[in-house]
Amino acid sequence: MNTPLRRVATVMLVMFLALMASATWVQYVQAPSLNADSRNVRTLYREFGNARGPIVVAGAAVAQSVKVDDSFGYQRQYTDGELYSAVTGYYSIVNGSSQLEKAANDQLTGRGDQLFFSRLRDLVTGRKPEGAAVETTILPAAQKAARDGLGDQQGAVVAIEPSTGRILAMVSTPGFDPNALATHSSGDAAKAYQDLLAADGNPLRSNATLEIYPPGSTFKLVTAAAALESGAYDEDSELPAPVRLDLPQTSATIGNFGGGGCGGDPITLADALRVSCNTAFAQLGMDLGADALREQAERFGFDSSLTIPVPVVASRFPQDPNAPQTAQSAIGQFDVAATPLQMAMVAAAIANDGRLMRPYLVERVRAADLSVVAQTEPELLSTAVSPGTAAQLTDMMIGVVSSGSGTAAKIPGVQVAGKTGTAQTTDEAAPHAWFTAFAPAQLPQVAVAVLVEHGGSAGSEATGGRVAAPIARAVIQAVLDS
Amino acid sequence: MATVEPHRVRSGRGTELGLLVLALAIGVGAYALVGVGTEGDVPPDVLGYGAGLAGLALALHLVLRWRAPFADPVILPTTVALNGVGLAMIYRIDVAYRAKEGHELFAAKQLLWTTIGVGLAALVLILLRDHRTLRRYTYTAMVVALVLLALPLVPGIGTSIYGARIWIRVGAFSMQPAEFAKLALAVFFAGYLVTHRDTLALAGSRFAGLQLPRARDLGPILVVWAGSIGVLIFQRDLGTSLLLFGLFVAMLYLATERLSWVVLGLLMFAGGAALAASVFAHVAARFDVWLNAMDPDVYDKFVGGSGQLVRGLFGMASGGLFGTGWGEGRPDLVTFAESDFIVASLGEELGLTGLIALLMLYVILTQRGMRAAIGVRDGFGKLLAGGLAFVVAWQCFVVVGGVTRLIPLTGLTTPFLAYGGSSLLANWVIVALLLRISDDARRPAPAARGLRPDEPLPPGLLDAHDDEPDDAQPMPVPYEHAVGAAPDDDNPTQRIGGLS
Repeated sequence: MNTPLRRVATVMLVMFLALMASATWVQYVQAPSLNADSRNVRTLYREFGNARGPIVVAGAAVAQSVKVDDSFGYQRQYTDGELYSAVTGYYSIVNGSSQLEKAANDQLTGRGDQLFFSRLRDLVTGRKPEGAAVETTILPAAQKAARDGLGDQQGAVVAIEPSTGRILAMVSTPGFDPNALATHSSGDAAKAYQDLLAADGNPLRSNATLEIYPPGSTFKLVTAAAALESGAYDEDSELPAPVRLDLPQTSATIGNFGGGGCGGDPITLADALRVSCNTAFAQLGMDLGADALREQAERFGFDSSLTIPVPVVASRFPQDPNAPQTAQSAIGQFDVAATPLQMAMVAAAIANDGRLMRPYLVERVRAADLSVVAQTEPELLSTAVSPGTAAQLTDMMIGVVSSGSGTAAKIPGVQVAGKTGTAQTTDEAAPHAWFTAFAPAQLPQVAVAVLVEHGGSAGSEATGGRVAAPIARAVIQAVLDS
Repeated sequence: MATVEPHRVRSGRGTELGLLVLALAIGVGAYALVGVGTEGDVPPDVLGYGAGLAGLALALHLVLRWRAPFADPVILPTTVALNGVGLAMIYRIDVAYRAKEGHELFAAKQLLWTTIGVGLAALVLILLRDHRTLRRYTYTAMVVALVLLALPLVPGIGTSIYGARIWIRVGAFSMQPAEFAKLALAVFFAGYLVTHRDTLALAGSRFAGLQLPRARDLGPILVVWAGSIGVLIFQRDLGTSLLLFGLFVAMLYLATERLSWVVLGLLMFAGGAALAASVFAHVAARFDVWLNAMDPDVYDKFVGGSGQLVRGLFGMASGGLFGTGWGEGRPDLVTFAESDFIVASLGEELGLTGLIALLMLYVILTQRGMRAAIGVRDGFGKLLAGGLAFVVAWQCFVVVGGVTRLIPLTGLTTPFLAYGGSSLLANWVIVALLLRISDDARRPAPAARGLRPDEPLPPGLLDAHDDEPDDAQPMPVPYEHAVGAAPDDDNPTQRIGGLS
């Protein structure tokens, strides 16, 4: 009977080998996909069970995990949640996460590559792993000024330090209270989420980085930059500026805001920008051609998305416009669309001698033991224009604020350079009001872009100069004061 | 003829003691680490717990020294290690359950069952001086097995839990009689097959290349086969049915050495399973869960869905290669984490490495059992040891294979690891029987004198190793020879030093 015994013993061995193989299949081969399965609450529990790092604004935590006595162990809490909602986003068991809570998740949970050695130490010393603190570049005063300026109007404000790319303010209205989404009561959290989804103005989606709008006349900065860079124009070049410009190939015409002239025909490039003369810039755009405009726009950052580290959608310049479409595009209409961050980048590049710095929201990451594990270094994103072009554009933008369409942005004792925009969307809705500026003009500390959707409280009477410029002024003032 | 030196056989008891220290270190260390992982400190009673566990293991070790000095030295330490790891994991799951309201706790009860199990094993070793005594109870074992299998169907004491009617409950005391039935069935099969294996294998007509046995030889086997099918149908218990059927086929093969029977048995079971799958919704659901576990519809089904299985897979996946560590995972997210799914819990906290180490322990335990079967001289002992070792391995395969989605999931306990008094007691008795048989297998034959080639074997040689010659033999010795048609069977010469 020993032969069958040996054979059965072999079969038993094979059975165990099969078990080891299938365990390996589950725990090694399939493990990544099983761990990524959305039904796997374990991943969530593990994240929530550890102390998640705080998101810090100027030394104070605006989002932090507080120990609570429930099955998760920690509750995410937000201070001034609505004010910083476009920065922090939310972090919720039921609803997932967004903005920095999502983009910097690896650092906040302590899983990032930079935190490898802290993790190793925690493993050896048996300490519970803790997430790292994410310190933002936000300046609270600027953030508050932007938020107060927008009030209950829908829109966005982005302020950038031109020399580095640090984002000093990033506000999107309407905002939301992340605490309502982060609550561990799944019913309440789900209801809050549904309410926000249904709410007017899509509060969960940041207008500053995730929505694109026709930039209107603020795009004339790009057109002017393309003209100056072409070498064929300077700020005193004379441009034809009819009351109405007939567009080739169609019966359509382009008029000026208010239907009048531009105070002369021809006028200089500087004056055309100062009074925001549509006909002059439309003709200029057709003369330069769509390719020159697109190339200039792309050097300012159009047509590419960014992670700062929150995602920024690409602003766009139309791919293959014909002549009348190019004319429309040159004044920021037709299919041109930009995020408020993009327009702040245009101003910041001009302010920084034409050098566009990569915008960033995270200053540094600090491990739980306060050691700095990552520090963001300023980085050149592209050279948008030459220093000479930048200087001429600055002069022209100073004119806009001192005696043009943007006088509402004047600050006593400070030279502000800016550009207004009033972008038509549809025939029925009031136009978007834009203002983008930087100050002080000779030694810029801040570049800002303000968007007020559909004219805000001013409605159809709104212009960028009237509605958006005062908000930009308040933000600039707040930065300069601090 | 060369002179023959007295053949010295090491009893292995010293080795066993050393291995026991290692096994206890694993079990008690695991318990201490659970405390560190969950509460941040070693449990205050770790010394008492360690002393208790060591006391149990040492007691059994002393019983072996006294009553079975030549028993295999690896079997007991392996079992102690498995039982210790199981206790630690059940305690760890208790910690998680304690945090939730209204959960039953298991660790204390499992510790009690372990104590009783070890006591029962000691009792078996003390009272059963020779495993062949059991052969006298061949038909008693059959009746006991059938009664045990039928008990859960008796109104009043049978209890249906989660659709399977495999429990009996008397007062506060509940048990799963099928665990003991497998033991009784192994005894019955061994006793019956050793007597009838020749007629089963050789008599009867041939059909389509298969040697078919005569009906009267097959009768009792068919009764038992019907019993295990009855379990499948009336108690809706796939696991037990599969377990008994595997035991049945394996022992039939061991006895008759006919592969055709295995094929026949597998075909019968496949047919039965296919029939069951088409007739019973709960059987079909198991196949659906197995094949389409990740399908959202199957996953979300509240009854008979794959939620439990997939949550177990999630747990194992989160453990990865090295596991989360004792007390650092969330095994309590899987229902029955302490019993049917303890393998998933262990996979989560000990990782693939730990799980494979545990499977290796089972390999060692069951291969040692097979080695006892090969070493022992009598056919009954060979069949019994082979059957018992196989049933432990088979039970592991069915439950671990089910949890890791190798085969459809059927509810069974993992031997020694999972919570469950019946399973623990029955498996400790299995270990006691394997120890008893291995003692017989490894014991040096007293005949130190070489035989001349033409010298007949002295009568009683085969049983001369027995300490108590007056102990009644279940069968007269010559019978073994008369039946022992297979040349390698019951051949004592291997154990008598220097025969050639």
